[in-house]
Amino acid sequence: MELPTRTFRVTRADLVRYAGASGDFNPIHWSERTATKVGLPGVIAHGMFTMALVGRAVTEWSGAPDAVVDYSVRFTRPVLVPDDDEGTEIEVAAVVREVTEDGLTRLDITATCRGEKVLSQARATVRTAG
Amino acid sequence: MSLDPSFVGRTYPPTTPYQVGREKIREFATAIGATDPAHHDPQAARALGHPDVVAPPTFPFVVTMAATQQIVDDPDLGVDYSRVVHGDQRFAYTRPVVAGDELVCVNAIEDVTTRGGHGFLTTRTEITTAAGEPVVTVWSKLVVRGEG
Repeated sequence: MELPTRTFRVTRADLVRYAGASGDFNPIHWSERTATKVGLPGVIAHGMFTMALVGRAVTEWSGAPDAVVDYSVRFTRPVLVPDDDEGTEIEVAAVVREVTEDGLTRLDITATCRGEKVLSQARATVRTAG
Repeated sequence: MSLDPSFVGRTYPPTTPYQVGREKIREFATAIGATDPAHHDPQAARALGHPDVVAPPTFPFVVTMAATQQIVDDPDLGVDYSRVVHGDQRFAYTRPVVAGDELVCVNAIEDVTTRGGHGFLTTRTEITTAAGEPVVTVWSKLVVRGEG
């Protein structure tokens, strides 16, 4: 079973807000100068911001904010966020891999930005019983 | 980049308790656009059986990121933090983090390898309440990029 695809818009303002909320002030997530100096094409989103957005999709699919029992990703490609009003978009899709007898649903998740995968081996287990 | 493989299996002393505040959870939820009332309204959280607002799934990283500095900053291990990128991340939850939790982290080094000139460091953090109740286990794999 495929779950409905979710799209999340990400702008520089979102990265600044996430930096403040998470305490991750690494300048590659807000300073073009620093990002290019370390060899990146520009400012990139925090990997954990992408993981948080995907986590939102997972909890929204499951219908409960406290349903996630296991959640893992591998970061494969940075999400470049241009300095304009549009920013970029992360598209999140998932398929149900397994529903266990004890009420757990295992999801295989895909997250892409500009048509390229930004995560691999993204998996979540959610409690669906009750 | 060569990391000292003898660090595998090392555990670190428990961290000073982290006080999970209701406003911090609201701020984090707002920053990721999570609008479910259980992240914001204690009444909605109580209706789900929680004592206070519920943190989104990746919130524990806020706690572990600070806690694992004790590993990353260990000069004997040899991590050059300016060359670190995040490889993998996993959370296995006993229960969600809620406002009012007092969380203690115990860090362990699960794996250290060097491959293709890059260093790979896998840390495991057991997050419990100060009373010792398990909450969530967090794994992070950091990649220390080699020179050139």
